[in-house]
Amino acid sequence: MLAWAPLVPALPLAAYVLHLIFGRRAGERTALFGIVALALSTLLSLAILVQVAHGAAIDRSVPWLRIGGLQVRMGFAVGPLEAVMLAMVSFISCFIEVYSMGYMHGDRRYNRFFSNVTLFVAAMLTAVIANNLLLFFAAWEVMGLCSYLLIGHWFEDPANCRAATKAFMVTRIGDVGLLLGIWWAFSLTHTFSFAALPGALGAMHLPAATLDAIALLIFLGAVGKSAQVPLQIWLPDAMAGPTPISALIHAATMVAAGVFLVARTYGIFLLAPAALHWVGIVGGISAFIPATIACVQTDIKKVLAYSTISQLGYMMLAMGVGAFEAGIFHLLTHAFFKALLFLAAGSVIHAAGTQNMHEMGGLWRKLRTTGATFVVGTLALAAIPPFSGFWSKDAILRAAWASPDRALYWLGTIAAGLTAYYMTRAVVLTFFGRPRDAHVQEHAHESPAVMLVPLVVLSVPAALLGWVVDRPLRQLLTPHAPAAAAAGVYGFLPLLLSLAGVAVGLALYLGPLARREALLRSPLVRPVYGLCKRLWFFDDLGAVVMYAVGLGPSYVIGAFDRYVVDGVVNGIGWLAMAFGRLWRKLSTGNVQAYMLTMVVALAIGLVALQAMGG
Amino acid sequence: MLSMMVFAPVLGALLLGFMGGRSPQALRSVATVFMALPLAIVVLLLATYHYGAGGLQFVQRTAWVPAWHIQYFLGVDGLSLVMLLLTAAIGVVATVASYGIGDRVREYFVWLLLLQTGILGVFCAQDLILFIFFFDVVLVPMYFLIAIWGGPRRQYAALKFLIYTFTGSVLMLVAVLALYFLTGRQTFAIPALARLAPHDLGRGLQLLLFAVIFIGFAIKLPMVPLHTWLPDAHVEAPTPVSVILAAVLLKIGGYGMLRIALPLFPQAVHALAWPIGILGVVNIIYAALAAMSQHDFKKLVAYSSVSHMGFVLLGLALATPLGIDGAIFVMFSHGLISAMLFLMVGVFYDRCHTRELSRLGGMYRTLPLAGTLLAFAALANLGLPTLSGFVGEFFTLSGVFATYRVLAFWAAFGLILVAAFNLILMQRVVMGPPRTEWESLAPVSARELITLVPLLGGVVLLGIAPAVLMNVINGPAAAIAASLGGR
Repeated sequence: MLAWAPLVPALPLAAYVLHLIFGRRAGERTALFGIVALALSTLLSLAILVQVAHGAAIDRSVPWLRIGGLQVRMGFAVGPLEAVMLAMVSFISCFIEVYSMGYMHGDRRYNRFFSNVTLFVAAMLTAVIANNLLLFFAAWEVMGLCSYLLIGHWFEDPANCRAATKAFMVTRIGDVGLLLGIWWAFSLTHTFSFAALPGALGAMHLPAATLDAIALLIFLGAVGKSAQVPLQIWLPDAMAGPTPISALIHAATMVAAGVFLVARTYGIFLLAPAALHWVGIVGGISAFIPATIACVQTDIKKVLAYSTISQLGYMMLAMGVGAFEAGIFHLLTHAFFKALLFLAAGSVIHAAGTQNMHEMGGLWRKLRTTGATFVVGTLALAAIPPFSGFWSKDAILRAAWASPDRALYWLGTIAAGLTAYYMTRAVVLTFFGRPRDAHVQEHAHESPAVMLVPLVVLSVPAALLGWVVDRPLRQLLTPHAPAAAAAGVYGFLPLLLSLAGVAVGLALYLGPLARREALLRSPLVRPVYGLCKRLWFFDDLGAVVMYAVGLGPSYVIGAFDRYVVDGVVNGIGWLAMAFGRLWRKLSTGNVQAYMLTMVVALAIGLVALQAMGG
Repeated sequence: MLSMMVFAPVLGALLLGFMGGRSPQALRSVATVFMALPLAIVVLLLATYHYGAGGLQFVQRTAWVPAWHIQYFLGVDGLSLVMLLLTAAIGVVATVASYGIGDRVREYFVWLLLLQTGILGVFCAQDLILFIFFFDVVLVPMYFLIAIWGGPRRQYAALKFLIYTFTGSVLMLVAVLALYFLTGRQTFAIPALARLAPHDLGRGLQLLLFAVIFIGFAIKLPMVPLHTWLPDAHVEAPTPVSVILAAVLLKIGGYGMLRIALPLFPQAVHALAWPIGILGVVNIIYAALAAMSQHDFKKLVAYSSVSHMGFVLLGLALATPLGIDGAIFVMFSHGLISAMLFLMVGVFYDRCHTRELSRLGGMYRTLPLAGTLLAFAALANLGLPTLSGFVGEFFTLSGVFATYRVLAFWAAFGLILVAAFNLILMQRVVMGPPRTEWESLAPVSARELITLVPLLGGVVLLGIAPAVLMNVINGPAAAIAASLGGR
């Protein structure tokens, strides 16, 4: 069965080709290509998971390219980490496509949407089973392409185009870092193989600085893809795409790929402890800052977007403190509850016709199923037991407490409180309280079954997965690891803060909003509020960098090229022409005549040479 | 066989000349047949070349000017073969793309066929004087194709092209004659000189002659700051001529460096590797920045060509099998991608009669197929993996990283800029709100698709299975690197 693993990405890839060829003729039935393929992929990857759970593994490759005397091989590998990822990605993506049938119904570019989504998933699945950095990078880039195309799905709006271009450019910065890391590792070891790289690098007795640099460059790729600080700025803008895309990008594919990359190259990071510590630091900061920003967003999708950055921060934090399995655990639970939250938010937007939570309120009465599933997702994200987020976040923060850098624990713990607060705020603003916009309230209607079924299906793992897989997953990923460290009272602190966050959220928003307004006016809160509203100036910084490094120099070089480089050329030309005016009396001034003369002279010369020789 | 291939287009040109007042259709068919003939022969050569043996094969060698030991010496190795394949294939594409030319049709195709002979000759010539002869043969038709069928500033652009390239050829001639007299070996044959010249010449002389020849080819490549003829020539040239110019003509620069400048002056190459590498990085970054600031669709694409040639320079500076493999691959892949890009410029220009980026936009919606094809070409151009642009650049830079780490970092920065101008191009042409002024444009025609689809197929094939091409160029790349002392 494991030898069939390449079929898991190959099926959606084949579906992509079908979309391209028959998509237009099939009308809205085109969605079935992708859905059937992903359903088969899901079944196959579940079968693979069962085999892997019984100890099977595979790593196969074939020669692909000989270049410069080196042999480059291509192949796939499936172990515990990959098997878990395959199952998660194909399962969630399949239901996202089902949901999209309803959400995208009547869209002008229905087929384009489904073909790009299917390719997106195929690329993610390829990245997962790739056994080498080269194939991984190719899949990684195709994923970047698909997210670019899908963020710009409604390209008629220039704002969406800018968001798409921004996403591509910002992740490109990370990608170039990853490329440099790959080149560095390859130039030392002549291999791209995930399995061989750590051993080969370790055996070379390289200076610590070199190993740290390689690991950090690879991590830069993950920072871009997983939207970690300071390259997080593309992700909130990526909300410009249709909502199912946000679910796909934020849960199963794109951003998960960054964390997966760190997990897949963990052997290299273990050789570079300083770099690994930086992974944790970036993760901790990325868990905290976006959480503060999420507290002040009014767009329901933006709240979820910043929460994604924050939750990915937790995963990186886990990697950084050596809790590899806890990071993957959170990747898994987060994928389910964040996909659920985005799809539920999509259902809300579908119903309300707005993304602004201040125009919503009281939607619970109209959207019972959507509301219930959104609350399940919220409880999971807020890490309230027994919902799934609790288990994985708890594992991460326990590991952080046990690590030498306790600051990471505190960042994560405070962010946990913030998470509970902003999600409670979102739930209350959207579903409860008095309707704030009569028009929205009047037109709101529950979504069709094709959208609700995926919500209900996904809310099951969002609720229960953490409790169910906590121990089996740990045994699968790290069979020999010691039991989680006891953290005493500090082990319960995150939970207490989460509960407090829920309480504060309820207290502030479940009632007249006047209390909140008064709070905002207080001199203590206002500057903090302003800082968060301004996104901690990261977007401004991004704009400065764009002008300082890209657009600014491009205008300078463009002008320099036109006026200086070409100016000198034309100046010389003008001088020559001036001489030419003197000469003109002797000549016709016709360039074509010169040309002919030249050719004839060349011919005569050659003939003369021949004659002399003869 | 090689002579037949090289001179088949001349036969076609003669036939066109004697055909009398036939219809344009007949002229086009004749031109196409005589353009397709070399392609068929190249495919045959590729199939029958003995890869195990390597080296020059299908050699034709007779005295031409015995007094001066000039030989009519043709022969091909893997490097020549892939360049010939590119030339012959692009020749057919350009001919089909020329069906829209309605003015002085006969004359146009005569020049186009003569141009093809010149380029094919350059890639087979194994005698330096014969090489320069073909090199100059290329100039004349190119000059007329731009000066007669070009845009409003065609005279300026054509003259600029002529002066620049002719300067390159004069520099080359000077260096070659100096080489002839200094070695005293009484031959212009490239293989013989590659064997002998390194021992005959001192380091200083090698440096001097290398520099002269290098500048000659650098103009053609083109290398910053000797590049400003290219954007002008592109903007004024008709679409098919732009296609040949970008896809094939520029490659003469890189080919000449690999065939002549490197093997003949190995010490100079080692001494100047750093400067060449730096020039390569400057090319990538400078031209990418310049491309970002362009308002003219075609100029942007022209600067993109300049930028990509920087990777060729980097590969040459490496002077290892890996670097040379990468450089050749970049050249071939750029041939396909730039041809696609220039054809797309033509597709839009033929319909909108403007190349102003600010006036285009929303083409995904107005011309869905054309928009998608342009997006494909731009993505290939920015080096998306699974397409051919990625492979050459990736492996070249992986080699650069091992030897010149700092340059690899700067080149990687260049990759961000390369992405930037391609995304700018897409954002301005295909994305955005559809414009009412372009509402009723004709969709992409079958003839346009015939020129575009094979290129697209090649780009995908080489992206997924680069070994198809790499297996042909591994041999010559290793040989060139060995002639350099194979570090």
